[in-house]
Amino acid sequence: MWQSILFNLIQVAVVVGLAPLVEGVLHRMEENVQSKRGPNIFQVYRDLWKLLQKDEIVSEESSWIFRVAPYVAFVMPIFVTLLIPVLTRYPLFFAFMGDMLAAGFLLALGGFFMALAAVDAANPYGAMGASRTRMVGFLAEPVFMMVFFTVSFTAGSTIPYIVQTSWTAVPGGFFEPVHILVILAFLMLILADESRIPVDNPSGQFELAMIGKSKYLEYSGRGAALIKWAGCMKFMVLTCVLCNVLVTPWGLAAEHTLVAVLLAIPLVLFKTLIFLLVLVVIESSLAKLRLFRISEFLSAAFVICLLAMVTRLMGS
Amino acid sequence: MISLFTEPLDAFCGGFFLLTAIGIVSTRQMLACLRLFMIQALLLVAAALLIGVKLSSGDLVAVAVITFVTKVVAIPWVLKLSLGSEIYAQREIDQVLNIPLALLISAALVLFSYFVATPMVTAVGQPFTNINLPIGLAGLVLGAFTVTVRREAMAQLIGLLVMENGVFFASISIVPHLPVIAEISAAIDVPVMSLIIGLLIRRIHKRTGSTVVSELATLRED
Repeated sequence: MWQSILFNLIQVAVVVGLAPLVEGVLHRMEENVQSKRGPNIFQVYRDLWKLLQKDEIVSEESSWIFRVAPYVAFVMPIFVTLLIPVLTRYPLFFAFMGDMLAAGFLLALGGFFMALAAVDAANPYGAMGASRTRMVGFLAEPVFMMVFFTVSFTAGSTIPYIVQTSWTAVPGGFFEPVHILVILAFLMLILADESRIPVDNPSGQFELAMIGKSKYLEYSGRGAALIKWAGCMKFMVLTCVLCNVLVTPWGLAAEHTLVAVLLAIPLVLFKTLIFLLVLVVIESSLAKLRLFRISEFLSAAFVICLLAMVTRLMGS
Repeated sequence: MISLFTEPLDAFCGGFFLLTAIGIVSTRQMLACLRLFMIQALLLVAAALLIGVKLSSGDLVAVAVITFVTKVVAIPWVLKLSLGSEIYAQREIDQVLNIPLALLISAALVLFSYFVATPMVTAVGQPFTNINLPIGLAGLVLGAFTVTVRREAMAQLIGLLVMENGVFFASISIVPHLPVIAEISAAIDVPVMSLIIGLLIRRIHKRTGSTVVSELATLRED
């Protein structure tokens, strides 16, 4: 049991420690594709360090929510990390505390507090960004539910560790239409949830067009650092769910030894790198959608997921 | 090795086949529509090759070759010849319904075709029908839906071709030993059809300056 707790802690440490690196690599690759040199891949760490050194300015008019929200947003991805397979194929200590739905709701709770905090600071851009995020959020919700219904139909469970083994256990189950469709729908969900390019422009600086970023325009110092870090971690957690549970459930530690667990870290990073390449291709080849076309994007994701369910229920 | 993975790979093609059909219903760009159709035809070729190799049926391999030549090479070429400026202009296509509604209806249509196909699968009893028959039927229905929902002659043509693809996708599993002569006749039929429709669209474009079918409501004699 102690070993299992230790592995869990390693898992959390990997996500907390390497999430800024993943973000940095993504920035670097995106700039490289646009034939710019791009920032150093460790730039995100430097930014975080700089922000942590600075004073935090909090408006007198804001309530406790504004102060609490960064901590809530920072803790939620860590909780989720306890539930999902990051490094091991066998369930760890906290694996049965919650399923994929719980993980989704934990992340949504962090998003909810961020939206509240954006309204709380009474910055007009904040409220606008918060309402837009909610719009994307409630359009993404049915997709999210359908993905998990389909996955639980296929695997007979919603615990991520069991889902993960079900794709590899059935010979050829990997190639089933349901698998491909679910992966695609989940990818679209990640793009919407993470404010990535077809839905939102993460590198844009224009407040009126912002969806995801305008929620923390009011934060400075430690709060800003925590939110930035939380964003990186949330991205890494979703990447891990996509890579380790849905797409490629291989390369994880199978033995209960420390060496195997540590060896899994570079493999997971490698898978993440491949996913980042796909993401860079998507982001550099598409343009940002107009606000009212986001509903089309997400309804396409919903229909793809519905098809996955249909092919699963009726097809076999 | 190959024979072990034939069924999963066929299912893989089927999944993407369905996806391209949905994409053709919902995409806004003209050129993307044509590209999706070409990808769909390639998936059809792959599925025919897989089933042909697995059931050692030379006819299906011939189907694959004919489909590749007609649908991936000939039809885009014919369309480019007859109405190049229409397709290769970057422009959006009008729709009767808005896209979310069209997508939901197409999901319902796929459900319907699965519902219809399930008893047929048990009746036919061939190895690959459980994948190919419902997905091919869905391709047929979605192609018909594209024809109905689009207001653009070019997109309606692609809808017809998707219907044809769907029929082929289902038939390669039901009849693994279809006589090649039937295939060849279909193969000649389809490019000729697209040539004729393409020329017709070009005439319409010359006369009225657009190919938006919904605007062709009044009859004019001169």
